[in-house]
Amino acid sequence: MTNIWYHTNWRGKAICLLLLLAFVAAPIVADRYLLSVLILVFYFAYLGHAWNLLMGFAGQLSLGHALYLGLGAYTATALWTLFGVGPWIGVFIAIPVAAAAGMLVGWLGWRFAIEGVYFALLTIAFAEFTRIGFDHLGITGASAGLFLSVSSEGADKWWNLGGGPLLYYYISLILAVAATVLVAGLRQSSLGYRWLAVREDPEAAQAVGINIFRARMIAMLISSSMTAVGGVFYGFYYRNLFPSQVFDIGRSIELILAPIIGGLGTIFGPVVGAIILTPLGEGLTGLMQSLGINAPGAKLIFYGIMLMIIISLRPDGVWPWLARQMGLNGSRK
Amino acid sequence: MTALLSVRDLSKHFRGLAAVSRVNFDVNSGEIFAIIGPNGAGKTTLFNMIAGAMPPNGGTITFAGEQIGGLRSDEIARRGIGRTFQVVKPFPALTVEDNVVIGALMRTNSLSDARTTASEILTKLDLIAKRDQIASSLTLPDRKRLEVARALATKPKLLLLDEVMAGLRPTETDRIVAILRDLNKTGLTILLIEHVMRAVTALASRILVLHHGAAIAQGTPEHVLRDPAVIESYLGAEAL
Amino acid sequence: MTAITLNVIVQGVLTGLVYGLMALGLSVIFGVMRVVNFAHGELTVVAMYAAFLLFEMLHLEPLIALLPIAAAFFGIGYLLQRTLISPFIGRAEHEQFILLVGLATVIVNGVLLIFGPDARPINLPYSFDSYAIGPLFIDKVRVLAAVAALAVAAALFLFFRYTRTGTAIRACADNLTGAAVVGLNVKQLYAVTFGLGLACVGAAGSLMATIADASPGLSQAYTLLAFTIVIIGGLGSMMGALVGGILIGVSEALAGFYIQPSMKSMFSFALLIIVLVLRPQGLMGRRL
Repeated sequence: MTNIWYHTNWRGKAICLLLLLAFVAAPIVADRYLLSVLILVFYFAYLGHAWNLLMGFAGQLSLGHALYLGLGAYTATALWTLFGVGPWIGVFIAIPVAAAAGMLVGWLGWRFAIEGVYFALLTIAFAEFTRIGFDHLGITGASAGLFLSVSSEGADKWWNLGGGPLLYYYISLILAVAATVLVAGLRQSSLGYRWLAVREDPEAAQAVGINIFRARMIAMLISSSMTAVGGVFYGFYYRNLFPSQVFDIGRSIELILAPIIGGLGTIFGPVVGAIILTPLGEGLTGLMQSLGINAPGAKLIFYGIMLMIIISLRPDGVWPWLARQMGLNGSRK
Repeated sequence: MTALLSVRDLSKHFRGLAAVSRVNFDVNSGEIFAIIGPNGAGKTTLFNMIAGAMPPNGGTITFAGEQIGGLRSDEIARRGIGRTFQVVKPFPALTVEDNVVIGALMRTNSLSDARTTASEILTKLDLIAKRDQIASSLTLPDRKRLEVARALATKPKLLLLDEVMAGLRPTETDRIVAILRDLNKTGLTILLIEHVMRAVTALASRILVLHHGAAIAQGTPEHVLRDPAVIESYLGAEAL
Repeated sequence: MTAITLNVIVQGVLTGLVYGLMALGLSVIFGVMRVVNFAHGELTVVAMYAAFLLFEMLHLEPLIALLPIAAAFFGIGYLLQRTLISPFIGRAEHEQFILLVGLATVIVNGVLLIFGPDARPINLPYSFDSYAIGPLFIDKVRVLAAVAALAVAAALFLFFRYTRTGTAIRACADNLTGAAVVGLNVKQLYAVTFGLGLACVGAAGSLMATIADASPGLSQAYTLLAFTIVIIGGLGSMMGALVGGILIGVSEALAGFYIQPSMKSMFSFALLIIVLVLRPQGLMGRRL
């Protein structure tokens, strides 16, 4: 991190600090709606970082990150509703649960040399398997869902994540910033270099002494743990959980769009991607409403077209291009 | 002299087809040892077994007094064997410097140490001016030297070179020959597979000739290159 | 084995053949071009709606409508490959994936926009007929659908084995550089391949419309179903797609009958995980 910061020119530093300052100060002027959009931006930037660690750095395509999101969300939420264990403790149980699942998927896949498309499909299979499992798991409400009651004792206290939008705003901002710092640090560590080697050419990586299995497993461990924390946030922010939503493949796809659009394997890609995509989606909803169009599919059609256009024109993502345009040297991955 | 690498009765077969059968040789500390033979003689298979890319079916490989046959390639790399690939495998999207830094990180966790090592080696291999280029943009001769640089960065005791001269022009070959000689003078033991006989005779103190997976001759270049069996099976046909 | 179990298995085999035909399209596309069609289920659902429309408006039986629909889908596939997908051949997997996810999103929401979320059944006069053979009662629609699926699959087999174009496509799959060197028009062949893959989808969708009600919600489930089948059978293996289809059809039928219909795909995914771990190249796939 120190290194990247040191190598960033004054313009980059200035933009970074100004942006951060603007986000910290935003609640002074922003209304409730804008805050909710920004919360989503930070949430997707955070999850994008988690996924990008595995795909962008270690080169392993996961299309089943909803598994870790869902396990994190369900663990913490169920601990609260069933046993009264608050989220600040629950998160430390949610992390190992999701990480264990991640380790299992990684171990099964990489021990048996399942890579690329095959690995991606294995991750989908595990997420779908778990989704249907939770659909029939009575203790968490099965397919009828799990709800956080607002009436139970202490539910409105901030230490139980019971506050208003401002609380969630700052938590999500802190998560996104912390993830950015963590990822930047990892990228500049010897571990980060090993991941890049494994991504670029596993055989050559092994020939310079890198245990590729271990490198991938560490990436999975960190990625699934981070995603679980995002899941805890999801559970307490939305206050209701349905297996068909939280474990859905749509969830997995949604959380990988920001880093891909922003720039895979870059540090600011997930952030830039989230900043572009989230308001785009929200803006579309608003536009549809103001035009009086009540067509639920229309927004997503436009979304799909945007995806196809961006990936056709900027396959490396928007950030490397943007960084060049702004005269920043941050584009060097 | 003691044998740094000692190969005994090493065999590998694919579905009954013997790619390498009962090969024996020793590589002494500080020497340059060459393996030659026509295409399909089993050179690369032999190499891959030593480097851990594939397990042997029989025989032993002893490196610095330790059995290494069947270990994974990263375990073998850590014991002090560096290698290059016949079809070059740089990390394409990374810079020349980062390629070598990753090699150096095998011996240290400190990035600044790894960068120091990398720039020393890049200087030695005439790549320092290209340190910030992306590896995939290099020419073939540069990529081959980058492979050598990355392997050297792991500070190996033994360097395995798989046809690093193939496809190079004579001047480029001479340059690599000179570099390898210098490295050898600093105490590095080298085992090379090579087709370019000019380079082999200029470098190797001993040669092993493989043919259909079996060793048909072994000894000093003068001795081996006059061997009738070698001339008939290999040299007569290809190299001279 | 009781008569009921036997009945359930036979139903599963018949449905599985239609699944297999759908998966065959995915397998052909992947086997030749190494592109995973993430919009496969979405396109299948479009074919189901096409069959529904032709039945409602022209009273065309799905078994007959299959032919024009498959032909139209061939054209759609050919054009898609020529325009949208061609630049992505040989690019990174995640890039192809994003492109096709984008396409799938457009398709499924287009369907939703036009037809709404409700399921559209095709009420054939013989929808509830069945054949009684010994202890078995077999649905007529399923028998017809399975026979038609087998016929389409057989036609595709013959095409790949005996026609010049089919042989040329197989050459591209085996050795792309070699195929280009001997002067094959790879771009054209890829477009034909994608067309054929989608023709399978068109045919399978028409048949599926007789055994399930068309609805946009089926899209993603069918995409996943096709993946599961193809991985179990072996990506790129034509025979494997049919075998995988039958296996999943039977597994779904048994789990649906004896355990719970909503849990049937859980068993498919469990089967998928087991196959991926024990034999990642699939039951009939070549070694990875």
